[in-house]
Amino acid sequence: MTVLSDDLRARIVAEFPKYPNKRAVTLPALHLVHDELRHVSTGAIEEIAELLELHPSEVHDTMTFYQFFRTEENPLGKHRVWVCRSISCGLRGGEELLAHMCEKLHVTPGGTTEDGKITLEFAECLGVCDGAPCVLVNEDCVHNVTHEMADKLISELKA
Amino acid sequence: MSTYEPVLLARIHKEQSHTLDSYLADGGYESFKKALGMTPVEVTTLVKDSGLRGRGGAGFPTGLKWTFLPKDHPGPIYLAVNGDESEPGTFNNRILLEKDPHQVLEGIAISCYAIRSNTAYLYLRYEYGAAWRALQKAVAECYEKGIFGKNVFGSGFDLDVRLHRGAAAYICGEETGLIESLEGKRAWPRIKPPFPAIEGLFRKPTIVNNIETMACVTQILKRGVEWFKSIGVPPDPNNPRDAGSYGPKLYCLSGHVNKPGCYEVPLGITARQLIEEYGGGVPGGRGIKAVVPGGISMGFLAPSELDTPLDFNGPGKVGCLGLGTAAVVVIDDQTSMVDVVYNTARFFAHESCGQCTPCREGTNWMQRILHRIRSGQGRMEDLDLLLEVSGGIGMMPGTTICGLADGAGWPVKNAIRKFRSEFEEYIQSGRSTIKPCELIGAH
Ligand SMILES: Cc1cc2nc3c(=O)[nH]c(=O)nc-3n(C[C@H](O)[C@H](O)[C@H](O)COP(=O)(O)O)c2cc1C
Ligand code: SF4
Ligand code: FES
Repeated sequence: MTVLSDDLRARIVAEFPKYPNKRAVTLPALHLVHDELRHVSTGAIEEIAELLELHPSEVHDTMTFYQFFRTEENPLGKHRVWVCRSISCGLRGGEELLAHMCEKLHVTPGGTTEDGKITLEFAECLGVCDGAPCVLVNEDCVHNVTHEMADKLISELKA
Repeated sequence: MSTYEPVLLARIHKEQSHTLDSYLADGGYESFKKALGMTPVEVTTLVKDSGLRGRGGAGFPTGLKWTFLPKDHPGPIYLAVNGDESEPGTFNNRILLEKDPHQVLEGIAISCYAIRSNTAYLYLRYEYGAAWRALQKAVAECYEKGIFGKNVFGSGFDLDVRLHRGAAAYICGEETGLIESLEGKRAWPRIKPPFPAIEGLFRKPTIVNNIETMACVTQILKRGVEWFKSIGVPPDPNNPRDAGSYGPKLYCLSGHVNKPGCYEVPLGITARQLIEEYGGGVPGGRGIKAVVPGGISMGFLAPSELDTPLDFNGPGKVGCLGLGTAAVVVIDDQTSMVDVVYNTARFFAHESCGQCTPCREGTNWMQRILHRIRSGQGRMEDLDLLLEVSGGIGMMPGTTICGLADGAGWPVKNAIRKFRSEFEEYIQSGRSTIKPCELIGAH
């Protein structure tokens, strides 16, 4: 039984022509797998390594450097929500917002709600300081987030 | 100042400003065609003569950097475009890429031609999802219309532009960290020399330039050297090493201001002008405690230093590290500097790549000492200890591989030197400003 579907493999292989060697496809491959499976398991690392003609430890080394990728022990929920805690957001209530969302969701940063819907994380500067405090929801950033907006967002994501 | 008409941001408020059709209707890619009619050396000379300095933080003259590439290299030569934009307070690359990606892509095309590169990689920080989608679409449009690909505009020049997505690590913005990351490795910055221009991406000669730098290249080709040099600040005659601060700059204003935003003005505006004329002042009419001049790595301006011109020279004259990314963060007088510096120290402790012991340990010590002070357990000698640690880590004292450590030390140094009495009073009082919410947030 393989971990990566034929479709995922095809999408990884489609990245090869963009780079002079296969190793450079490590990050793109990790992203593709992580997006779809919500974690990168040991089996997935081995299969990525095989495709990229690397040793699994090389893929593992790169993957774990970025604290971004989740392992199978700690997978992502359906939605990934990041609350910025850096300077501009901090000056405008970012920490309070993070704590508020932690309380609402009954998780600590990094944790996933029991229903598997939301993984909540702190973030360093999201590059949306003009909309501080801000929250990145999957791929899109919400600006000037009040506690009321956060509550509404949570109920939308949980729906 | 207020008579300046934005150029880099001229198109961002238009409907559909991100599409190729809209860009072409505004004369898009004519500058690239113009460049293709010149020789690569002529384009490089033009950029060199404009005085353009890199917008990514270090302010290195762009044209000069391009001339460091080996002559008559058989290739490939690469352009690595730095869109990692992660310096706290900074968001101008995001606005350019979301609203006007073609202006940046045109600069990339021109730069590739000038440095004889047929392949550019644009490294974008993961968190910029909207910019990622805009770029993917824009690049596809360019391939479709023959602006990228083989033999562009029948010139014989081949050009590929590849998009590469990061994974939420600040250190990938350091140019050799970026290169390692692109190669599929952990983003550990390389020891220099060799500099990337000699041996960079995939061990080939590589130029690393910032997104805003690329947009400036487009405008220099379009409007000419004289236009660019008519904006900003000429070299300081008393400083033979000053290359001047020419051109427009995208200042990012945030923190305690009424109108945070990205403002395009000539280099050399002061923090006070930015805050008052563009930012609408501080909320509630409160006073200013401190201002970050160019991202947190650059340190702080004290209230008496707000008339410092924010050009490549100004911040250094008042003890800051430099202009950095020109991200201006306003801190009002109700805020504790101890809290602010703790926030910056925590950032660097989190983002240190861990490769050099002084940086890995030093950033952690600074965070922990500041935490101790903030928990009411500080000792007076902690201030000198913080100065010792912050002064000992970095490329300037020669103890680390990259500049992250210098940037980690600078806000600590500046805060203690410029606000020492506030730190002393804090320690003496034995109070703690750690908020209950931080205890939940800290895991
Ligand atoms: C820790 C660190 C982080 C950096 N982050 C960025 C960044 O996010 N974007 C950027 O353009 N330059 C960043 N730089 C500067 C780059 O190393 C490099 O100087 C720059 O990309 C060159 O482009 P420019 O000459 O066009 O400014 C960083 C430098 C350091 C030391
Ligand atoms: S100075 Fe810090 S961030 Fe830079 S290479 Fe050394 S450990 Fe890594
Ligand atoms: S500090 Fe939060 S987005 Fe920049």
